[in-house]
Amino acid sequence: MPESSLLTAILMTPLVGALAMMCVPSERRDVIKTMAAVFTGLPLLLSIFLYVQFDRANPDYQFVEFHSWVATFNINYHLGVDGLSVPLVFLTCLLLFLGVFSSWNINKATKGFFILLLLLEVGINGVFMSLDFFLFYVFWEVMLLPMYFLIGIWGGPRREYAAIKFFLYTLLGSILMLVAMIAMYLYSGNVGAADGGIGQRTWNLITMAQIGLQGGWAGAPAFLGMQFQHWCFLFLFIGFAIKIPVFPFHTWLPDAHVEAPTAISVILAGILLKLGGYGLLRVNLLCFPDVIWAGGGPTAWATGLALLGMINCVYGAFCAMAQKDFKKLVAYSSVAHMGFVLLGIAAANEAGLAGCTLQMFNHGTSSAMLFLVVGVIYDRAHHRDIEGFGGLAGHMPMYSSVAFLAIFTSLGLPGLAGFWGEAMALVGCYEVFPKITVVSTIGLIVTAAFFLMTIRKVFFGPVQDKYKDYPDLDKREWTCMVPLGLLCILLGWFPMLLLGWMNSSIAKVVEQVRSF
Amino acid sequence: MEFFETTRPVWYALLILFLPLGAFCFNAFGFRTEFVKKRGHVVPLLGIGTALFLSCSLFKSVVFDHHGTNPEATVAEDSHGVAYDDRFVYWSTEEGLSFPLLEAGDFQIVAGILIDNLTVMMLVVVTLVSFLVHLYSTGYMHGDERYPRFFAFLGLFTFSMLGLILTDNLLLLFCFWELVGLCSYFLIGFWFQQDDPPKASMKAFLTNRFGDVGFLLGILLVYQLFGTLSIPGLEARLRSGEPIPALYNWDPHTLCTLAGLLLFCGPMAKSAQVPMHIWLPDAMAGPTPVSALIHAATMVAAGVYMVGRIFWFFTPEALLFIAVIGMMTAIIAATIGLVHNNIKKVLAYSTCSQLGYMMLALGVGGYGAGIFHLYTHAFFKACLFLCAGSVIHSVHTEDMREMGGLKSKMPVTYKTMMIATLALAGVPFFSGAFSKELIIEHALYWGVHGGILHFLPALFAIVGAVLTFFYMLRLMHLTFWGEPRNKERFDHAHESPPSMTIPLLVLATLSLFSVGWPIPFLGGHAIPEMLPSPPSAVAEALPSIEGGEHGHPGLGYILTSFLVALLVLAVGWLLYRRTYKDQRPGPDAWVRRFPQSYATINGLYFFDEFYQATVVRAGHALSRTFASFDQRVVDGAVNMVGTLGQALGRLHGAIDKTVVDGLVNSFWHLSHLLSRMFRRLQTGNVQDYLTFAVAGVVLVSLMVLFLGS
Repeated sequence: MPESSLLTAILMTPLVGALAMMCVPSERRDVIKTMAAVFTGLPLLLSIFLYVQFDRANPDYQFVEFHSWVATFNINYHLGVDGLSVPLVFLTCLLLFLGVFSSWNINKATKGFFILLLLLEVGINGVFMSLDFFLFYVFWEVMLLPMYFLIGIWGGPRREYAAIKFFLYTLLGSILMLVAMIAMYLYSGNVGAADGGIGQRTWNLITMAQIGLQGGWAGAPAFLGMQFQHWCFLFLFIGFAIKIPVFPFHTWLPDAHVEAPTAISVILAGILLKLGGYGLLRVNLLCFPDVIWAGGGPTAWATGLALLGMINCVYGAFCAMAQKDFKKLVAYSSVAHMGFVLLGIAAANEAGLAGCTLQMFNHGTSSAMLFLVVGVIYDRAHHRDIEGFGGLAGHMPMYSSVAFLAIFTSLGLPGLAGFWGEAMALVGCYEVFPKITVVSTIGLIVTAAFFLMTIRKVFFGPVQDKYKDYPDLDKREWTCMVPLGLLCILLGWFPMLLLGWMNSSIAKVVEQVRSF
Repeated sequence: MEFFETTRPVWYALLILFLPLGAFCFNAFGFRTEFVKKRGHVVPLLGIGTALFLSCSLFKSVVFDHHGTNPEATVAEDSHGVAYDDRFVYWSTEEGLSFPLLEAGDFQIVAGILIDNLTVMMLVVVTLVSFLVHLYSTGYMHGDERYPRFFAFLGLFTFSMLGLILTDNLLLLFCFWELVGLCSYFLIGFWFQQDDPPKASMKAFLTNRFGDVGFLLGILLVYQLFGTLSIPGLEARLRSGEPIPALYNWDPHTLCTLAGLLLFCGPMAKSAQVPMHIWLPDAMAGPTPVSALIHAATMVAAGVYMVGRIFWFFTPEALLFIAVIGMMTAIIAATIGLVHNNIKKVLAYSTCSQLGYMMLALGVGGYGAGIFHLYTHAFFKACLFLCAGSVIHSVHTEDMREMGGLKSKMPVTYKTMMIATLALAGVPFFSGAFSKELIIEHALYWGVHGGILHFLPALFAIVGAVLTFFYMLRLMHLTFWGEPRNKERFDHAHESPPSMTIPLLVLATLSLFSVGWPIPFLGGHAIPEMLPSPPSAVAEALPSIEGGEHGHPGLGYILTSFLVALLVLAVGWLLYRRTYKDQRPGPDAWVRRFPQSYATINGLYFFDEFYQATVVRAGHALSRTFASFDQRVVDGAVNMVGTLGQALGRLHGAIDKTVVDGLVNSFWHLSHLLSRMFRRLQTGNVQDYLTFAVAGVVLVSLMVLFLGS
């Protein structure tokens, strides 16, 4: 693979934009907004280029960049993408670009908002591209701070509570991750080439995966009767589980969503949750395959993961059903949907991981759309009480059509993207955990139930006078919805447009995990 | 060109499939153009019309030009038409024409098209009824605010239904299965501003969702057992006789039965079988053309089609279950039809009941009988619904108590509805007679070859047939015969426009001269003859099943069932005469005589109440419990950690302030104190200083004096 700087270009363009924006006077709002659009639009174009250029058949990391950063501790600027990360990079660039348009009306400290938004993009893309664990962690933290301010300053009435909750919760995860990461770094120095190591301490995720594959962690001292890799797995899992979010670490999510401005909700649900799933795949599964799978069968850890996934599916859906706030309902539905990601990971077979990755991407588009839908009606009605609406389908037909599309994608209707993630996760999981899968399907029914109840209350029914004069979608809102809607339909009929890019990497992961 | 020549069925099928989708897209995306606003029906009518033409052409070429894959075998020797193995089959995947929809490791979904006799029959039924309903809707929906949108949904529905028929893959069948459900959802709720349609549409979708989850689990189990979801592939796998693996410590036979039952959950909901039939009567809240197309002729029959499609997969136990469910549905729905006063709901329960007949037929092994009944039923029931629509259009009510005497006002509607009624009742030489007799034949055959309890389906079918005739006569009586009961409505009644009556005439003709009837000029191929019963494939893979052939009732059964049918008609007519014509004892007297039964039937056997009290209530209770658990316990714990952290912080703060800072401060205080004390010495008086000096000298001298010694 020839040296290419495509990844750096995607990664750093928003940063350049943020720096340039600092030089623009705060009153020039349209200049700032245009700049934000340009500096998120460019990475989007580049990411499409990346998507096209990516070699699907090659399961290895591509577009790799390697520069030494802190030589003393063997920290490197090491980027690369494989089939698991390419779609997510594209999704990030797309949602950030749309996020700029959906926050076009933000007039409170506009400059600060968009600078933070651009920094956020740097952080997220960095996590998806890093092949160096230290770099991964740095970007992970880079992403956290803008999010804190974006919720805490531009959020709703309880924004400070929500922002602090989000921040502290994620920080707790980060710290656990940091501990595991340092332990891995320190021990990696003891692993020789025979066990997959390089005989010196390293943050390189590829080397760490090699060590995992060769069983190199097994030599590390146990602690409190539990093996080294299990401790690391646990700590990393909690770190990522908070992001996904997995029951019982999920309660920051509804609060953060309810308070966050629309664009931030879109990004939060659309991408930030995927970081957790991605981390589980990239770090937990690849570096510690034997924790999930041993002796030709799933371990108790895998069963635990599947059980948590099941709880997410069913519990999240039931919780969503009881919500009165439209946004909170969508937030809980995310909890339910991310359960399928866990189910797929726990199964650790091709179908399951395909389901997991499809679900991550497709939830990215459908939940983003749902939050946009909620945002549109909140802009008009200034409330989100489901019981307070009714008959919107009558005078906002375009809006309602888009909302129906988002809702039906989200409830997993075949023919729309959401179905494949759920179906494949279930197919994969059924092979390994039939009983857990059967229970999880309750979530499918409950999800349909609460979404249909929402449709009935919000969109159907007699037209209410107070909502009579609401305008239908304007051009800007329409622009945000259309690309997502198209993706939902397109990927419903051609899931290979996504899966084709991921399959070889998935096969590699499965091969590594199943070798135990 | 030769390529297109040899693969012609596929291109036909694809055109048939995508024309309605094109119509949908045209109306859905061009909704702002004047053309669509004014003439929203033109493109859909053209599209579906072409699809109808192509379907008929495909039907002709499959059924009449090719009698089977084996060109030598024209008509099989026995009287049961083409043998199963010789029937015409075109499977596009086998010809290398397929689309790899999804691949993940071993799991592959390859979309192909499967065309055999069953497929082409369904294609004709769906496109024909759909075309007529499109035509009818131009009159019925005229002036509706969302006229183009209605046609858009009809197009989307037709597309999904055709996809369901053409696909060769169980998972894709499931996809289209849910898509027809979606269209049904939107069309039931088409008049969403009203109160009932949104409720009914939600109920329909959710009830079906329950069934669909079972269906999906069935698919998962099938994949687990056989590693394929392609329908012909699955059949070939079973027929290869390769043993079926045992999973989860269960023997293969049980697993196959379980898979069959799980798969049957889908049809149970979609074809409105007891106890999942509750959504269908409510679905009548949708516009009547929709009821005719979706909730009578096609979508609800999809369940029967699906069972027919994988008929060879069901073990005897699974078939027994299907038969029992069908039998219960046939009788329960028929009894409700006796008492309802809403014209559409009577027809809805009648549909339920007839779908029960189809399931019963399939369950007792009468494959041809069940599918044939699907075929005849589609036409006469669509006709009945469209007639009912015509009546509703004219008198603006669905309550039959407000009607009466409309015979003179609406002659075309009356005559066509009468024909359809006779067809439904099974009067000889009307289409329904052939299919219903076949069902009774097979049920009797099954009874004779089984234990005494095996006669129950036949018995229920016969009793159900009596009830069917009776409630249809009652419907005709209340609507068309007798004296008008509401003068005002009667005066405003009028015959419907030609756009509505032409479809009625076509459907009535089809109910009269059904193609199922061996008409000489059609080559003597009756529908049941062209539908050879597939021998059980699962029996070939499972040694535990003895025999797989479903028997053919002989002449004796045919005669018996013919006599039974006559008897049924006689009893039905007698009951009707006594009740409605002579008023001895009259409907009210019946009610008084059996108050308990009447209350139960009129309460629709309290299915709704039961579900309300169990499933719905449990769902809401669970959701409330979980949500409050989430808020109080899970989030409570998080907040408690937060509060604890704050408390700890305050404690630390207090300690810091009192102890740590206190220590620091105490030094300051001490020095302050000392300085204040010593400051007093600093008086500035020379005398004072001298005094201190002297005192100091004295003190030191004294110390030296005392200590020195």
